[in-house]
Amino acid sequence: MNFSVTPLVASALAAAIPLVIAALGELVTERSGVLNLGLEGLMLMGALASFVAVAHGGGLAVSLLCGVLAGVAGALVFAVIAITLQGNQVATGLSLTILGTGVSAFAGRQYVGFRAPTAFSDWPIPVLGKLPIVGPFFSMNALGYFAVVALFLISAFLYRTRSGLELRSVGESPSVARSLGLHVTRTRYLATLFGGGMAGLAGCYYAVAQFKMWQDGLTSGNGWIALALVVFASWRPPRVALGALLFGGVSALGLWLQTVGIPVSTFALASLPYLATVVVLVTISADQQALRRYAPASLGKPFFDGD
Amino acid sequence: MKRKSFWIAGIAAALGLASVGAGVGTAAEPLKMAFVYVGPVGDGGWTFAHDLGRKTLEKNLGSKVQTSYVENVPEGQDAERVIRDLATKGNKMIFTTSFGYMEQTLKVAKSFPKVEFYHATGFKSAPNVTIYNTRMYEPAYLAGIIAGHMTKSGKLGFVASFPIPEVVRNINAYTMGARTVKPNITTKVVWISTWYDPSKERQAAETLIGQGADVLLQNTDSSATLQTSQDKGVYAFGWDSDMTAYAPKAHLASCIEVWGGYYTKAAEAELAGKPLHQTVWGGIKEGMNDLVSLNSVIPDEARKQVAAKKADMASGKFMVFTGPIKLQDGSVKLPAGKSLTDKEIDSINYYVEGVEGQLPGK
Repeated sequence: MNFSVTPLVASALAAAIPLVIAALGELVTERSGVLNLGLEGLMLMGALASFVAVAHGGGLAVSLLCGVLAGVAGALVFAVIAITLQGNQVATGLSLTILGTGVSAFAGRQYVGFRAPTAFSDWPIPVLGKLPIVGPFFSMNALGYFAVVALFLISAFLYRTRSGLELRSVGESPSVARSLGLHVTRTRYLATLFGGGMAGLAGCYYAVAQFKMWQDGLTSGNGWIALALVVFASWRPPRVALGALLFGGVSALGLWLQTVGIPVSTFALASLPYLATVVVLVTISADQQALRRYAPASLGKPFFDGD
Repeated sequence: MKRKSFWIAGIAAALGLASVGAGVGTAAEPLKMAFVYVGPVGDGGWTFAHDLGRKTLEKNLGSKVQTSYVENVPEGQDAERVIRDLATKGNKMIFTTSFGYMEQTLKVAKSFPKVEFYHATGFKSAPNVTIYNTRMYEPAYLAGIIAGHMTKSGKLGFVASFPIPEVVRNINAYTMGARTVKPNITTKVVWISTWYDPSKERQAAETLIGQGADVLLQNTDSSATLQTSQDKGVYAFGWDSDMTAYAPKAHLASCIEVWGGYYTKAAEAELAGKPLHQTVWGGIKEGMNDLVSLNSVIPDEARKQVAAKKADMASGKFMVFTGPIKLQDGSVKLPAGKSLTDKEIDSINYYVEGVEGQLPGK
């Protein structure tokens, strides 16, 4: 029997890349104290926007831009309501998800079944790309390499730059930050828009890199998994990658098990990623002390900036 | 007193007008037919084929019929609501085009005895519920012959939806056809528990290709498997509709259903006052199935073999499920010279020799 694990790793990696991108964006947003639950809607809008760009003859760069802009636009709506108008962040985020899902499904009706004329292709690194098991990590497409770079850049930004420090302090205690002269509203806006852009980018990955077509609900609930990822990673970038591989691998694992002869109920398969998410969240939330230590203290609480 | 009589007169007048209107209406009114689709018309596969059939029907009968459709109807509670809604809207014929609509169709049919229901690929009928189906296992067998010639690894792949007899017999036919060319061919199957989900179909195809399969067939409704195969440089077949356009390099041929002829016949029968109630299970012989658009890379020897077998199917000389049929452990399920009856074909729940893995639910 052929027990080649490399295809499983490749599938898990393909599923993990958009999760990493979306989760990193949300991580930055949450670090500033804003809880944006609208990830799924933003990803879908980004996916549709980038697919439409490609379907109408645009190049890959244009589609990336369209995806990012769609995410930013959605996040802007959220930011105005949740930050400026002090709306409840949870309700606003959920509404954004529903809006994004509905708008993308409706506007995307005429694009169902189309094939993307151009798509991101893999850029394998010679020699390293052919290695067993770790080979797929060296043979990703442009967005995959971007995700890796983003991991390092965002880590560096958060922990080694002044702006990152300001962002984190706004998330911990906006009133203290305000009294130190930091711009709370502006910081939160920028963080939210950044998160939206990254979510749009993740959506672009689904439409133009992985599936190369448009379908209702193309992201299959991965926006929610990205949200859970941020908690799983305790709001620190390094664990985001590990968690993404885990969650991404779970659904690929089910299919792989079928082909190596281990019968797995197909319904169990479909629910595995979400079961894993729930298990992880319960485990983490069980330790209240750790949760308080890592979670940004002002997460989800509106702050009246006064200017 | 005056007011009461005014109301009675008013209602009588309205009823009178309505009945006159209805009388005048039905004389020239086109036959209202509705179709319930499980996926989007844009799937390029199963629903696309049905809609093509509907369009053929419209072309053939013009103003005598008025068709409509509802797409993306999930199999379950929602389906009942949609079917019931269509029945109350004056549709005289309703076609429910998926196996999973069976119970819902039967339930609604009980409340609307004057409406004719047609259920595709089911196995339960009623006085006003007629079953129609095609023998997709025939083109699947022919595809297997082509796969046998084109495979280099000797491993075939199959992206499957649900482990019902309709799907299992296609897997078996594919494998049996391939083994007439190379007796040691094996087929790996992945079950994705859905008829239409391009992302899952793609992942299933990637998994199969990762395990060495280099000619893929599917029983799902989109072109994702075919497109994935082209991306990975292997071959695949179109299913339900001609899918050449989606992946010209990877596409070897398409196993298709042709629904237009049956839909036209059913409508004509209804218009003549004698609706079709006979279960129809047509294949290549009846023109309801075909294998089309063979890729130019297929060698002549394969083409000749396929053409010969197709002709034999059309004349009734060759039946796919004729012995010897062996099970996975090598034991003989059906001895040489015998053929499975239609009923037996409709309840196949075993893999034949060459298919790897266990059938789910056993």
